[in-house]
Amino acid sequence: MLSRVAHSLYWMARYIERAENIARIVDVNLQLLLDIRHLDEKGLVAHWLPIVQATGDEAEFLKLHPHATGHAVTEFLVFQTENPNSIVSSICSARENARMVRDQITLELWEELNRLYWFVKTPTARQVWKDSPSDFFQQIKAGSLHIIGLTDATLIHNEGWWFAQVGKFLERADKTSRILDLRYKSLPEKGLPESITQTDALEWSAILRSCSAWDAYKSIYGGDIHPRTVAEFLLLSEDFPRSVEFCVVELNRALRYISGVAEGKFTNDAEKLAGRLVAELQFGTIDEIFEAGLHDYLDLVQLKLNNIGAAMFNTYIFQPFNPLEQEIMVQQEEQQQQKNTQ
Amino acid sequence: MLKQYQVNNGFDEMLDPKAGVRSHYDKFHQLFNGLTPAEFEAKRQAVDMAFLRQGVTFNVYGDAAGAEKVFPFDLLPRIIPAKEWEHLERGLTQRITALNLFLHDIYHEQKILKDGVIPEFYVLSARHFRREFVNFNVPKDIYIHICGTDLIRDKDGNYLVLEDNGRCPSGVSYVLENRRALKRAFPNMFERIGVRPVDNYPQELLKTLKHISPAGVADPTVVVLTPGAYNSAYFEHTYLARQMGIEIVEGRDLFVRDSRVFMRTTKGPQPVHVIYRRLDDDFIDPTVFRRDSMLGVPGLVQAYRSGNVSLANSIGTGIADDKVMYYFVPRMIKYYLDQEPILPNVETYLASEEKDKKYILENLPKLVVKAANESGGYGMLMGPKASKEEIDKFRELIIAEPRNYIAQPMINLSQHPTYCGNEFDGRHVDLRPFILSGERTTIIPGGLTRVALRKGSLVVNSSQGGGSKDTWVLYGDE
Repeated sequence: MLSRVAHSLYWMARYIERAENIARIVDVNLQLLLDIRHLDEKGLVAHWLPIVQATGDEAEFLKLHPHATGHAVTEFLVFQTENPNSIVSSICSARENARMVRDQITLELWEELNRLYWFVKTPTARQVWKDSPSDFFQQIKAGSLHIIGLTDATLIHNEGWWFAQVGKFLERADKTSRILDLRYKSLPEKGLPESITQTDALEWSAILRSCSAWDAYKSIYGGDIHPRTVAEFLLLSEDFPRSVEFCVVELNRALRYISGVAEGKFTNDAEKLAGRLVAELQFGTIDEIFEAGLHDYLDLVQLKLNNIGAAMFNTYIFQPFNPLEQEIMVQQEEQQQQKNTQ
Repeated sequence: MLKQYQVNNGFDEMLDPKAGVRSHYDKFHQLFNGLTPAEFEAKRQAVDMAFLRQGVTFNVYGDAAGAEKVFPFDLLPRIIPAKEWEHLERGLTQRITALNLFLHDIYHEQKILKDGVIPEFYVLSARHFRREFVNFNVPKDIYIHICGTDLIRDKDGNYLVLEDNGRCPSGVSYVLENRRALKRAFPNMFERIGVRPVDNYPQELLKTLKHISPAGVADPTVVVLTPGAYNSAYFEHTYLARQMGIEIVEGRDLFVRDSRVFMRTTKGPQPVHVIYRRLDDDFIDPTVFRRDSMLGVPGLVQAYRSGNVSLANSIGTGIADDKVMYYFVPRMIKYYLDQEPILPNVETYLASEEKDKKYILENLPKLVVKAANESGGYGMLMGPKASKEEIDKFRELIIAEPRNYIAQPMINLSQHPTYCGNEFDGRHVDLRPFILSGERTTIIPGGLTRVALRKGSLVVNSSQGGGSKDTWVLYGDE
């Protein structure tokens, strides 16, 4: 498989996952505001700014918007094309990557991605958004999930597909860890909070909803919302398909399908780092994590995920290019030699 | 539905002004008239939606915002009876045979020049003549593997050749997609009318490409080389690659070592043997042609010269696109094949011949002037429709650089019923058949019918407001 093609499939899957995650985060937090009364301007900023921070684009945001109002944040995360990670930008990038590998994906997948693209590119999208933000997010989520489903159900599960899996699970693990970090300001730096206010409970349940984890959580822990159990579920659940552990296990599996190397061994840095992170998550406990500080732990997880992505790139995608000028020189040297020997 | 339709001027593909509907349109005409306007509208919208959703698009240069456009598609097919098609097939085969012999000759002995049939000056001054390839033997002596030849019809319905595209002709993906769309829109017409299929084109193309694989390679790796996703024909490149089941690569996916071409894959470098390149000569190798080309592959020409990789089309075929060379094709046919041309050229004047130049300059408002090496409807003067300033500009251009211009009388092109808003009206059409030269010459039945959607316009290029139609070649004559 061409390295460039693998790269495009990886990013296509990653951007779709990103669009869906951002749609969920904004949707849930808009709804949450309806439940929190008496929020002054400062309170609103405290509510919205962490959401921008969670997407990792704070600097970009502050360049465009001096105040973190609800309007500014949603505009930035949903429509603004200056933000390369807004929903609209993500869908455009996913399609651009799909276009580069149009021959590798199925008609069904391409059609649906194209449909979603035309939906966000036309004025209809803004109208839907104005009339009912939640209908708008519903459309984005449904479209993205449809694409994720089509990737599973219509694409042949060959090497390229596994690269798409790597992209999907890396992005999902990263976003879950960032969503979980949304309310770290309400936690002590190390250890667990002593008491939980009603607003806290609402906000931690919003975190679960932002990960589509509400129903799954309730079935295991019942209706009690506590940062400890929420974090345990979103970080360490073996079975929940959006928990960090689940995603990293799948990511590790995909890397091994690509190389054919068994678990427990490694032949490149991507496998080594992914294997290590799997072990840390599988043999870690939530109390240890809180003892060391949840926020710092999540920061470290994000760093490790980035490193896995970079290592994968170096292993499979990046085959040293000579700059054009140098490549021309190499060719001229070769051709000159041949002429001499002919 | 078509009852109101009338011939307004020139030759009409469907209607004979005296005898009514031409016999090969009869069945279609009947079936189509059975549709209600609402049914037609529903089909039309469904097809438009399908094209947009499938991303059957082309890019317009110089249009930054949302550069992709859907190529407008008209639902009424252009129909060609079997006998007419046989005539075209013979004419096109004759023409491509002569062109390939001509290319071989001018890159070897240059007999046609020595015998004075074509003045030497015209060939040696042609922009796309590649001196570097004189005496180089291309695989199997085939220069143009894929050719798109544009045909038009004059006021009496005679087919004329307008130009040959021997570099990277595009449009064949629309032929295949248009057919798919019409099959969906009118599923039961095809069998009743007896339309020849077109969908084996990708297999034929792959066969043509494998035919030139380098000596000793039993199972060649064939790839499509594209300039990239921003090229106007990118959709077509991926489409063909997918249909043939081969990789589509960009220049940066390939590199050359020891005169062999490799592609960069996740499993390391893999050898490549045949390249269907959709990249002009100028861009293909920065060590040989344009040094600033970012799209090409350094060393590719050397690999080609060494016989380790084959290219389709070969390097240096652009000279057959030269509109001055076009003038000489009937002479080539006579010289190499000792035959009369089956498909005549449009009457053409060369600005570098004194007598012709005088005529051209005196009659500019009546003529169509074309630059010798432009395509896509660029660099053209339509005398009868041009302003005085445009005519004066071309007068200066011609005087400054006569070698670079030809002129032809304005041909009115045939017209075809076309859906225009809420009625059917005549619009001008041309036809681009696609000719493959491999072990034998194969021509996909029909080709791309392009239609000028603006009333009275004679410019059918997609970049200039043209659309397309499905082209039906019938098994029989009615």
